[in-house]
Amino acid sequence: MSASSSNDTATTNTTTLLPESVDSLIGSGQEGGVGDQVRAWWSRVRGGEMGALPAVGGFIVLAVLFSFLSPYFLTERNFANFLTQAAELVMLGMALVFVILLGEIDLSAGVTGGLAMCVWVVLVDVTKLNWLLALLIAFVVGLAVGSFIGFFVARIGIPSFVVTLGLFLGFQGLELIIIGTGGNYQVQTPAIVAIMNNNLPVWAGWLMLAVFVALSLATAFWDRSRRTAANVPNGPLSLVWIKSGALLVLGGLAVFLLSQDRSSSIISIRGVPIVVPIVLAVLWIGTFVLDRTKFGRYIYAVGGNAEAARRSGVNVVLIRFLVFVICSFLAVGSGLFTAARVGSIDATAGKDIVLSGVAAAVVGGVSLFGGRGRLVHAAVGALVIAVITNGLGLLNLPSGINNVIAGAVLVLAATIDALSRLRAGGSLLRR
Amino acid sequence: MDTPIIELTGVVKSFGPVNVLRGVELRAYPGKVTALVGDNGAGKSTLIKGLAGVQPYDEGEVRFEGQPVSLTHPRDASALGIEVVYQDLALCDNLDIVQNMFLGREELVGGTLDEGKMERQSSEALRALNVRTVKSVRQKVASLSGGQRQTVAIARAVLKKAKVVILDEPTAALGVAQTEQVLNTVQRLAAQGVAVIIISHNLADVFKVADYISVLYLGTMVAEVATAETTYDDVVGYITGSKTYDPSGARA
Repeated sequence: MSASSSNDTATTNTTTLLPESVDSLIGSGQEGGVGDQVRAWWSRVRGGEMGALPAVGGFIVLAVLFSFLSPYFLTERNFANFLTQAAELVMLGMALVFVILLGEIDLSAGVTGGLAMCVWVVLVDVTKLNWLLALLIAFVVGLAVGSFIGFFVARIGIPSFVVTLGLFLGFQGLELIIIGTGGNYQVQTPAIVAIMNNNLPVWAGWLMLAVFVALSLATAFWDRSRRTAANVPNGPLSLVWIKSGALLVLGGLAVFLLSQDRSSSIISIRGVPIVVPIVLAVLWIGTFVLDRTKFGRYIYAVGGNAEAARRSGVNVVLIRFLVFVICSFLAVGSGLFTAARVGSIDATAGKDIVLSGVAAAVVGGVSLFGGRGRLVHAAVGALVIAVITNGLGLLNLPSGINNVIAGAVLVLAATIDALSRLRAGGSLLRR
Repeated sequence: MDTPIIELTGVVKSFGPVNVLRGVELRAYPGKVTALVGDNGAGKSTLIKGLAGVQPYDEGEVRFEGQPVSLTHPRDASALGIEVVYQDLALCDNLDIVQNMFLGREELVGGTLDEGKMERQSSEALRALNVRTVKSVRQKVASLSGGQRQTVAIARAVLKKAKVVILDEPTAALGVAQTEQVLNTVQRLAAQGVAVIIISHNLADVFKVADYISVLYLGTMVAEVATAETTYDDVVGYITGSKTYDPSGARA
């Protein structure tokens, strides 16, 4: 809410019907300069709309802490390792955002990815199918699983917790049947292995950054042109440059670090890991869909108040169905990343990651009560959880500590979420 | 006397053995506020649900702009320009005012949401209703007061170019100042030529805004009077059944 606006003076004689000029529009939150915008943003944060801010803060604190505790933490090599380790969690977190936005949950997202990769590896290894065709089938498995969940939740009306818990158990059995007890298949397809183990050429890393900044500028100016066409005020232009500049500087720093030789041997290793542009593309497309299409708007509407959405003509059943399809589809991507990183697939693939995925979304500020959250929130939350794993791994602490700290961070994040909802005027019990 | 935009005659609705509406008449006029009053169980909600197309009537005629129409689906009502603003406001707390006002019929450009256009039209619709207390149309609805939320819900109907707006207990949960604000909005709405039907238990509100008062008593319309030609006590009498309306020379 902007600090001042000329037309908010409350009148006392509200029953008189004086003709009012229609020309003066109600504020749109775009008024004032950069300073006003920053103040308005800060007042929203204080009002409880914190978004990923606590997660970003937590990430910085953890990164600083680990950089003091371990000399290996702030190295180019660890930075690249960290990104690849985080990629599968970022992907799964983003997948889960779609269902969590509706106040639903998909406990089977991890094993869905695992199951699809089991199918893939058996098709490639045993039936000698073309790897790309097999991958296509793996993603179709994801779509089928999502449709299955969606049907039972949206049409039959079974709570998603129950349906996906059932699949979580069932798919572990299915993986065991497909792979065989104690079985373990190597991932030998070079293209798949490359996703997590190879890097873009240095020039391609810079090109990726340029494309990303250009896209963000293009959408910003497109929005401004639409607002101008409708004759509603635009925010300060300088804010667009500041945001893009920040993106350019931070992204540039990351690409620069990844472009340095991080090898400990004579063969040089440099460039942005291939998985990074894939994750960024999913993030960008998903955010575009959620922010700029009817479908995305309806996801938020159903998550906020399904009855209101229904009365407004939104096909609530269809929306609820589709979010599960999207989630399971993207979960296969996460399973693919895991398989590529680990280099093998066994009958427990995807068993452990799903709760970390949920944690990533919640830590990043996606509300489990539905209706609030963005893909980038889950991505930041996943980075927080991944940095804990990465940092503690470098410190050679017992692995139990990792889960204890990740759990504590999750509860802390959920507490911040609940308290921020209290400040936003809601109650802890509803939404 | 104006010609009614909507006119119900002989409307009957039963649920099994219970006859909720037993031959009801109702008229609403463009630019006028018609209050529908009656005690609990008189059949107000059933009458409104029929108009909204949610629960079709068993018998009776509905004339819209003089033509007989059938209201068997919410779509039918929408197509005619009949909008109902429900008591439990159909708004999404997590969306802002513009997003709520355009929910279900977003303006698109190139397949994507045209936020500028929607914001402009929302702002104009609220301005036309003389809304002064809303700072920004990009505020989340969660941050609005009850009166402001009611106003947004009414503006939503205006945006749809509604010809008949039915308000179900719009001031039931509001304080004094907010009630004033909503009643002001209701008058503004009528001033734009919309036929407003307002259901209320609060007779003070009814006498403040309504041009006509229609009283339902146990499924029959016992009185249809111009507000100027009746008194508070009379209306209370019609509602409780202790007085009988005598239309001698009152209205056509």
